[in-house]
Amino acid sequence: MPLTSAGAARPPSAIARAMTGRFTFVQAALALLIALFLLVFLAIPVFTVIYVAFTNADGSLTLSHFYSFFHLTLMRESFYNSLIVGGMSVAVSSIFALPLAYFITRFQFRGAILIQTLGVLPLIMPPFVGATAMQLLFGRSGSLNLILGDWFGINLPIMEGLNAVIWVEALHYFPFILLNLTVALNNIDRAMEESAQNLGASGVRLFRRIVFPLAMPGYMAGAALVFLKVFDDVATPLVLNVTNILAAQAYLRITSIGIDDPIGYVASVIMVAASVLALWGSTLVMRGKEYATLQRGGSTLATKRLKPWQAVFAYGWIVFVLLLVLSPHIGLLLLSFSRIWSFTVIPEAYTLENYVTVFRDSPFMLWNSALYCGIAAGLDVLIGAAIAYLMLRTRLPGRQTLDFIATSAVAIPGVVLGIGYLRTFRDFSVPLADVPLVSFWLIIALAYTVRRLPYALRSCVASLQQVHVSMEEAAQTLGATGRRTVIRIMVPLMAGGILAGFVTSFLTAAVELSATIMLVSATSDAPVSYGIYLYMQSIAGRGPGAALGVIAVALVALGTYVSYRVLHSRNLQFEAHQAMK
Amino acid sequence: MRLTSRWLMTAVFAFCCSAAHAQQQVVIVTSFPKELTEAYKKAFETRNPGIRVEILNKPTPVGVAYIREAPAANKPDVFWVSAPDAFEVLAAEKLLAKIESPAKEVPAKIGNYPINDPKGFYLGQALAGYGIMWNTRYLAAHKLPEPREWADLTKPVYFSHVAMSSPSRSGTTHLTVETILQGEGWEKGWQQMLMIAANCAAITERSFGVPDGVNNGQYGIGLVIDFFGLAAMASGFPTKFVYASVTAIVPANIGMVAGAKNPENARRLIHYTLSPEGQELLFDPKISRLPVLPSVYKKAPAGFPNPFTGKIKPKVNFDSELSESRYYVVSSIFDHTITFRHRELAAAARAIYQAEARLATKPNPRAKELLAEARALAFSPVVSEEKSKDKAFIALFRETKRSAEKTKQLTGLEEYWNSTARKNYVRAAELANQAASLVR
Repeated sequence: MPLTSAGAARPPSAIARAMTGRFTFVQAALALLIALFLLVFLAIPVFTVIYVAFTNADGSLTLSHFYSFFHLTLMRESFYNSLIVGGMSVAVSSIFALPLAYFITRFQFRGAILIQTLGVLPLIMPPFVGATAMQLLFGRSGSLNLILGDWFGINLPIMEGLNAVIWVEALHYFPFILLNLTVALNNIDRAMEESAQNLGASGVRLFRRIVFPLAMPGYMAGAALVFLKVFDDVATPLVLNVTNILAAQAYLRITSIGIDDPIGYVASVIMVAASVLALWGSTLVMRGKEYATLQRGGSTLATKRLKPWQAVFAYGWIVFVLLLVLSPHIGLLLLSFSRIWSFTVIPEAYTLENYVTVFRDSPFMLWNSALYCGIAAGLDVLIGAAIAYLMLRTRLPGRQTLDFIATSAVAIPGVVLGIGYLRTFRDFSVPLADVPLVSFWLIIALAYTVRRLPYALRSCVASLQQVHVSMEEAAQTLGATGRRTVIRIMVPLMAGGILAGFVTSFLTAAVELSATIMLVSATSDAPVSYGIYLYMQSIAGRGPGAALGVIAVALVALGTYVSYRVLHSRNLQFEAHQAMK
Repeated sequence: MRLTSRWLMTAVFAFCCSAAHAQQQVVIVTSFPKELTEAYKKAFETRNPGIRVEILNKPTPVGVAYIREAPAANKPDVFWVSAPDAFEVLAAEKLLAKIESPAKEVPAKIGNYPINDPKGFYLGQALAGYGIMWNTRYLAAHKLPEPREWADLTKPVYFSHVAMSSPSRSGTTHLTVETILQGEGWEKGWQQMLMIAANCAAITERSFGVPDGVNNGQYGIGLVIDFFGLAAMASGFPTKFVYASVTAIVPANIGMVAGAKNPENARRLIHYTLSPEGQELLFDPKISRLPVLPSVYKKAPAGFPNPFTGKIKPKVNFDSELSESRYYVVSSIFDHTITFRHRELAAAARAIYQAEARLATKPNPRAKELLAEARALAFSPVVSEEKSKDKAFIALFRETKRSAEKTKQLTGLEEYWNSTARKNYVRAAELANQAASLVR
């Protein structure tokens, strides 16, 4: 447990000392441990694959491939398209997420937890499945267009071109913003808002001048994730047959049979660089500003009651967004019960057979996914919290680098990481058994850990940014040891962010496909995402794949709901405790 | 802490399970759908108790990479996919073991195409032809006639109703494109390709995207390999399939991985797939592939096509060496002038068709000239037939090791194709619009 051991050796007032330029041995050791992990499971494997981008045929170093890359109009166009899609997706996601987050944190609201749970559901939908389901509803012969065609003789090109990518991506990834923003809004000191209200601010002005700026760390964390994820997503554009964006170009070139094409790897390197740059840009925006507030949470100020017209608007918006968000799930649900669904508004014949097939053949996949994603998300929040701590509470040299390296994982195509693992670890065996490491299921969990670390990391960083350092100082002045400060003060105050990080890592790991397909070496080790892919390949219909998807979505929704419930009730206890004091 | 120890126990438990897997097995890397692999797994395991069949389903390029990168001590045993080029790549890297066909009855060639690899690295396990599949409801709703031939798909009425994949993504599409190029000749073949592609609603990233889109009605018509069409019909989708007369019959292949962990089982499994019993499994309506053993057709379901009796008449004598020699050239031209410029190509076609429709009612010689020019710009290949036979040009693409110099040359070509195609399509659309404005 790196987190606790880090705190353990720190004498009181270590924070003050650390902030003035020194660091302890344990902190350095922790940083080295993380660096080693990133080196072995991210940097080295990736480098064994993408070094092609920098080398000549005889192995000598060259940057000529980069020159060739930028000479291609197609690549420049793709790069530009990627930026547009990334930026627009952030904008559209914000439109979905901002009102939702504000309503559920600032008003008395029925079913806030339900909304929060439903809000994360898109993340559990594998992008290629989500886009497929959306085609069934909004595509050129989808339900909507069939109805419109019948009634008005028109056809809306909703699922065509870059706009379709933006639309699907925004619906898919806006929970990143919703989750992080909700946590951030809950963490703001309500006294700030009350003061503003006392001074006469209200409504939009209050939100624009006080609430939103204070929630900035959460919003930026979410927005950065959406941008990075969309910028690097390959599955969605390809399902929508959009090839002129960078991630798709890199993927298409890397996975062509038989040619070692450096341009594909150059594209990957450019993507990593662009991602790190975007991240760096977002930290620049945040630099030099203070987001931490002393008091936290909603105990003091009662959430407001909605006026009737507000309620109508709020509930209307929520129902509208949720309907949109859940539309792929509705499509999937219909598909899972359908026998044949072809050019009709809804399926013409229904069956339970698909579920029978899935329960007969594939329950073990659910267990595998739970295991791998549990390990991955657990490691992710541990490492993420540790990096956040090192970054924000110490002056350790190179701490920012840890952040950048860990985050660059988001830009590494899964195929590249998969090939890298096979190549790097092929000569290693699992200790005590005659199994090659690359054939052992743990390798899949490790790939998930690395690929989903950026999500947990951003959430942890954002939540720690909102904790005022004097909280820890106060605890230590009162005689708490470093370990105790971490366990009793920092972890509870960061709990929301850590949970949000765990949930996003877990959900997105559960739908990881590209590295999974590369690394699965026995059907018995296969996770759900592989199973869905397999079933979806069938010419006899995609019913069983949809059924497996529905089961996975239902289970994860349940898990998320329960975890929020637990956190919520803990918060209530915490607040009650405070109120008594 | 308790949670951690539970995870640990789980880990130890799962670890022991995987260690106990030392039972006899045979590992197949394949891109084939579950229906096919499950049928063979079940039948083979019943026949050979004690041997477990492990299916690793991966898209063809990923399968190739997986075999290449797998640790020597744990190489998979069998590789089983359609695309012959994937086998060629593996053979060139010495990753395939030679295997003798157990089925002496299999003819040496189908048409002009050798069923088994002449060098002995892989065996034809099933045959496939290419054709056109369509959704009957879609055609009825859009009042479209049923197509019969590739040439039908170049007609303006099918604009935005067709779908196909790209040869760089799908071995079967590559064979379709190559069949058309060989059947019609380079120039005319490309013209036809470009016109069909211009009528496409999408160039899908996977070959499976085409039949799937036709099944659910996103697309009306698709260029597909026969078993996609036949299996969809057998599964109850409102679709139909015909073989185009410019078609070639080619084998889907199976081969043994060099250094396979279980070579004896691998051989046994491959032999099983080529035995009469193994071949008959292909008749399953959800599989619908053509056996390579002529004798098993006696047991074929009614109406099942038999390529050995001349019922499917391939007009093209497919030259596999020619196809292989220019594989990367054809794929690259297709991607840079069609896949990545599809938007511009389709826009040009739309403008041309609209102008032509106007012209049909009000003839205008000047407009006609402009349109002819527009058609020539939009539907001509960027590489001449002469150039396509240039040995140095072909060799540039076959070389797999990329030096800085070579990359520069290749990207230079790609840039030229891509930007020329775009320029041509945009110009063609302009000319067509000019023509249209003349006949106001």
